[in-house]
Amino acid sequence: MGTAEGASALRKFLGATGIAMFSAFTLLLVSCGGGGGSEGGDEPIRVGVVLPYSGVYAQLGEDITDGMNVYFEENKEIAGRPVELVREDEEADPQVGVQAARTLIEREGVDILTGAVATPTAYGIIDLIEREQMPFVISNALGNDATRRGVEYVFRTSGSSWQVTYPMGEYLAEEGVETIFVSAADYAAGQEMSTDFKDGFTSAGGEVVGEAYPPLGTNDYSTYLTEIRQADPEGSWSFFAGTDAVRFVQQYAQSGLKENTTLYGTGNLVDSDTLEAQGEAAIGAQTALFYASTLDTPENREFREKFQQQFDRPASVYAVQGYDAAWLIGEALKATDGNTEDTDALIEAMENVEFQSPRGPMRLDENHNPVQNIYIREARRQGGEIRNVVIDTIEEVQDPGQ
Amino acid sequence: MGEIQALASHLLNGLAYGLLLFILAAGLSLIFGMMDVINLSHGSFFMLAGFIGVSLADDLGFWLALLATVGIVAAIGLAVELTLLRPLYNRDHLDQILLTFGLALVIEDASEWIFGSTIQSLGVPAALSGNASLLGVSIPAYRLAVIAVGLLLGAALYVLLEKTRVGAIIRAGVSNREMVSALGFNITAIFGGVFVFGLALAAFAGFMSAPILGVYAGLDFEILILTLIVVVIGGLGSLTGAFWASLLIGITQILGQAYFPDLAALVIYIVMAAVLLVRPQGLFQRKYA
Repeated sequence: MGTAEGASALRKFLGATGIAMFSAFTLLLVSCGGGGGSEGGDEPIRVGVVLPYSGVYAQLGEDITDGMNVYFEENKEIAGRPVELVREDEEADPQVGVQAARTLIEREGVDILTGAVATPTAYGIIDLIEREQMPFVISNALGNDATRRGVEYVFRTSGSSWQVTYPMGEYLAEEGVETIFVSAADYAAGQEMSTDFKDGFTSAGGEVVGEAYPPLGTNDYSTYLTEIRQADPEGSWSFFAGTDAVRFVQQYAQSGLKENTTLYGTGNLVDSDTLEAQGEAAIGAQTALFYASTLDTPENREFREKFQQQFDRPASVYAVQGYDAAWLIGEALKATDGNTEDTDALIEAMENVEFQSPRGPMRLDENHNPVQNIYIREARRQGGEIRNVVIDTIEEVQDPGQ
Repeated sequence: MGEIQALASHLLNGLAYGLLLFILAAGLSLIFGMMDVINLSHGSFFMLAGFIGVSLADDLGFWLALLATVGIVAAIGLAVELTLLRPLYNRDHLDQILLTFGLALVIEDASEWIFGSTIQSLGVPAALSGNASLLGVSIPAYRLAVIAVGLLLGAALYVLLEKTRVGAIIRAGVSNREMVSALGFNITAIFGGVFVFGLALAAFAGFMSAPILGVYAGLDFEILILTLIVVVIGGLGSLTGAFWASLLIGITQILGQAYFPDLAALVIYIVMAAVLLVRPQGLFQRKYA
């Protein structure tokens, strides 16, 4: 790889930026020229999407968007109105994300809003859409309060922190695991997840024998691994995501802890975005999530096939969240015959949507958070690839709502 | 495991982490000593080596991939030196710094474009997987290897710079480039050689740390900041300084995490501020200036 290739990469990069700027410009012209109400039958339905397309969460944003596209590829028009996705970059900054939502509502005149990978972004957008009375489908952020606030405009197609932690805590204690060391990245989500896990585990009789909260972006986890070794627990439960998860799981395996202390965690610990990098180190880790790529249902097989065909890569849990968000929006609009003006009717229609999710049975509770199965998955080598295999299912888990 | 063993384990882990930083900082320090310019693309070559290493390791195996990676990155470094940096030697330092910064931005975008935005990682070679036990203290075998390699490399660098003819020429070039030039040495070639050698060290560190830190777009600036801290604490351009400062940072970071967990993210900055208050020029003043 020499400078020539580098230069051509640069040219292509500049070319791509140019095209992006040009399309942004045309979009601006169109939206300025269009204006007005959306009464006419052929007016497009504009769905505002706030997701990270740059920065550390860019891959999540791409996955969710492509998941949505699987649905909209088959539903290009709803009730005679073409569907248009208007994307804005959430980046990795709540301020940027909330500003993006404001732009979509005020300047782009979108009819409905979806997205939010980060919980702080979701909380900010909820304040905004509550004032604007605009339906908002959260397609990732797991923060408990997003739906527990009970704002009628807010829907969610991922799940809550509680759902991926508390039931697993109970489950492990009931399975006979007596002592656990808890570690989580030191920020709001890490605190919320670990608190809910500990509540679940101790309520069922387990004992937490040690805790550690490394800062986000920690390079070297050796100190915490030494602490785990000192505490000598039966299991180690963790909440880490992205680069943190890769580093923690790699170093956990390298330290030799894996042989005596099973690694437990939320789905993030060994997920589609990290498994390839973690490789062998991930094997044996048991995690809780509302999805597993290995689920053997017709809906899941069909979805994964379509996604693979359309985007030439395997679907992740984020793609499923995006697909279900698009499904929720699309099926509700079908029920209202494409009417986006009557918000109350649209919300009622959304509440009554029947899902056919790749994740299995799914319906919305009174706070619009999914009631869904939580799968206990174990990372295993299967056909040359490392996959999360479902070893147990906790059925119809509903967020307690407070 | 008792408290003493835990402390010893922390110290060994800190040593491994510090020595990785040292290999990286040594390259940065050498280049700075030579050109009086901080190479802001140093972290980018570190990251690039990680990406290249991960793509090669599957086919070549760990050790061969290590050699190939260092070779490829050095070749890229040479091309950069010949085409971009060399024409700027007679220009202002600011121009050279701007160039290295621009290079860093280009490498970051290019690697995200070529290698993708998800984190990648490298498995440790089979011989070094698992846990080693040293005097009853357990430490991952791979880290023990990093410690050994880091110490060897440090010794080799010291001998190279202080005890060999090449080292003497480099040291002379740093303190008075016109004089060395007048004595008949091709100073431009020496500069180029040091630049490429510095980048090769960065590549070596990048590859060795891939199993521990992983590789992803964004690692470049994260690691650059750490390296700058090491070099500033050690004293700009001083290899000895870089060595001790790396160990100081590596070990305080680990001990900070262990005994002052609430300050874990801050501890190295506190150390840097403290050192700079007492010795603004860094721990070791630059020897040849």
